[in-house]
Amino acid sequence: MTRQHIKVLIVVVALAAIAIVVPNTNSFVILLTTRALAFSILVMSLDILLGYTGLPSLGQAAYLGVGAYVTAILATRYQFGLGYDFWLVVALGILLAAALAAIFGLLAIRATGVYFLMITLALGQCVWGLAYRWNSLTGGDNGINLRARPKFGIDLANEVTFFYLVFGLFALSLLLMYTLVRSPFGQSLAGIRERELRMKILGYNTWLHKYIAFIVAGGFGGLSGVLWAHTAGIVSPENVVLTTSVDALLMAVLGGAGTLVGGVIGATIVFGLREYLSTLVPWWQYVLGAVYVLTILYLPTGLMGIPARIRQRRALTGNREAMKKMAPVTS
Amino acid sequence: MNAQFWLTQAFNGISYGALLFLVGSGLSLIFGVMRIVNLSHGSYFLLGGYIALSVIWTTGSWLLAIPVAALIVALLGVVMERLFLRPLGFDPLRQVLLTVGFAFLFQQAALDIWTGNNFDINPPDALTKSIVVGGLYLPLYRIFMIGMAVVIGVILWLVMEKTRIGAAVRATVDDAQMARGVGIDTSRVSMLIFSLGALLAALGGVIGGAFLGVYPGLDFEMLPIAFAVVIIGGMGSLGGAAIGALIVGLADNFGKALFPELSYFTLYAPMALILAVKPTGLFGRE
Repeated sequence: MTRQHIKVLIVVVALAAIAIVVPNTNSFVILLTTRALAFSILVMSLDILLGYTGLPSLGQAAYLGVGAYVTAILATRYQFGLGYDFWLVVALGILLAAALAAIFGLLAIRATGVYFLMITLALGQCVWGLAYRWNSLTGGDNGINLRARPKFGIDLANEVTFFYLVFGLFALSLLLMYTLVRSPFGQSLAGIRERELRMKILGYNTWLHKYIAFIVAGGFGGLSGVLWAHTAGIVSPENVVLTTSVDALLMAVLGGAGTLVGGVIGATIVFGLREYLSTLVPWWQYVLGAVYVLTILYLPTGLMGIPARIRQRRALTGNREAMKKMAPVTS
Repeated sequence: MNAQFWLTQAFNGISYGALLFLVGSGLSLIFGVMRIVNLSHGSYFLLGGYIALSVIWTTGSWLLAIPVAALIVALLGVVMERLFLRPLGFDPLRQVLLTVGFAFLFQQAALDIWTGNNFDINPPDALTKSIVVGGLYLPLYRIFMIGMAVVIGVILWLVMEKTRIGAAVRATVDDAQMARGVGIDTSRVSMLIFSLGALLAALGGVIGGAFLGVYPGLDFEMLPIAFAVVIIGGMGSLGGAAIGALIVGLADNFGKALFPELSYFTLYAPMALILAVKPTGLFGRE
């Protein structure tokens, strides 16, 4: 087995453990895990841009917003998506978010680095502005309350059933995104991240590669939004606001950009801190802020980068010892 | 919708633009010199307002609150730049994320120190009156805001264009590497500009506190608007920041008055379009 096989095996075992252990815990943990998993899809979609393509987006919450608002508006106004047609809503959420990404991408993709950050921030704020002010459609500041979860053969109002649904779609997203980044297409994205000019000279249409990655990420963001709407039961401008995009970005970096599962770990830690620690101590946000600051200062490769760092250090000290042993011989 | 409506809205837009100039010019200079997208700029604005409140509560002096708040926040900026941003070197993403981490820390600190209540900063009575010009009621405070922005703008412009340190700043904006090459201490320029930016933002927070209020969440509300100013005007250019502030101030006011449902969209969509067409902003230095 190669190292990559072992890594995949660890992830599969961890996922199986989550699927078995979490439903047997209390409802607080189940709800927390469901939230973290639904949001993780967004963080992973951002990681495709940030970690694999080198495009730090500050507006990823927009796509979550599209998915979530579509779900909420259809469910509350037209009672649509509360039966088997839920799957139509899933498809619609993904498609609309991808379509929005296709429009935004036309404007954003040309920009790089800091300018990409700024333009995605501006685009994200456009969506936020509409969510916040377009009262007749979005309910403005109050948002939209979803009264019921879908029911089709299975009843998603049951939190364990709903957990399995979110878990299933999360696992499927992880699999699809993993396949994408391991594919030749994903490899060329990594090439663009490392040095775009070289890829251009090699004859790759880097603009198109980035554009497709942007749209795919948007689509997964939409899926995340559909699930988020039913997880939280309320959709409000809070879901599209700048801090939500920033959160996603920080989660990806905290776990380790360019690893996909790193984003899941980051999301779990942040949700855990936010929802659990906040019930214990009033100063929980200091912990969160400190975790962010310390990660960025001392762990630029995120938590997933720790094993590699330890290995590196061991190799370094190993070398030094070998040198010591050799020293008497050479002198 | 008579002439009076348009004139009143225009006046409000210009005075709001004056406030935005204070916030935006600092952000623009920081970006120009350091290429840092400073996401804690909104926090400086909010902290400025809060510190001013504390000064007013203890001493009762509004006039004293302005410099004290501005200087304390400027000092905070120096500490952040020296201890945290500088060691990161040139790595835009990590710098951006670091400033967000600090924004969250400041948010919590503000919540702990000044509670979650909404406050207003009350200016001296002399400034709360209105004058009537040609049938228009113009609040003196808004006129004071415009005056303040003009004075600060002129001082900044004089410093940037006429002094040696200003020349060093401009050189750093245009080409930091060349500036270092000819012996300009760009590290010191960065520190200076970062603290100046923090100072201006805090000043905005104190002055804006009288009509926006001071409340938790204001930091992240102000931040994207400040970015709109910087982007429309152009990064690293003072004149650009002034024009950007005016455009955003007017667009915001007329947007809210004319098509309330689309008001923020009409602000950020042009911002995105300008960025897409000309990444350095309308008046940015290439």
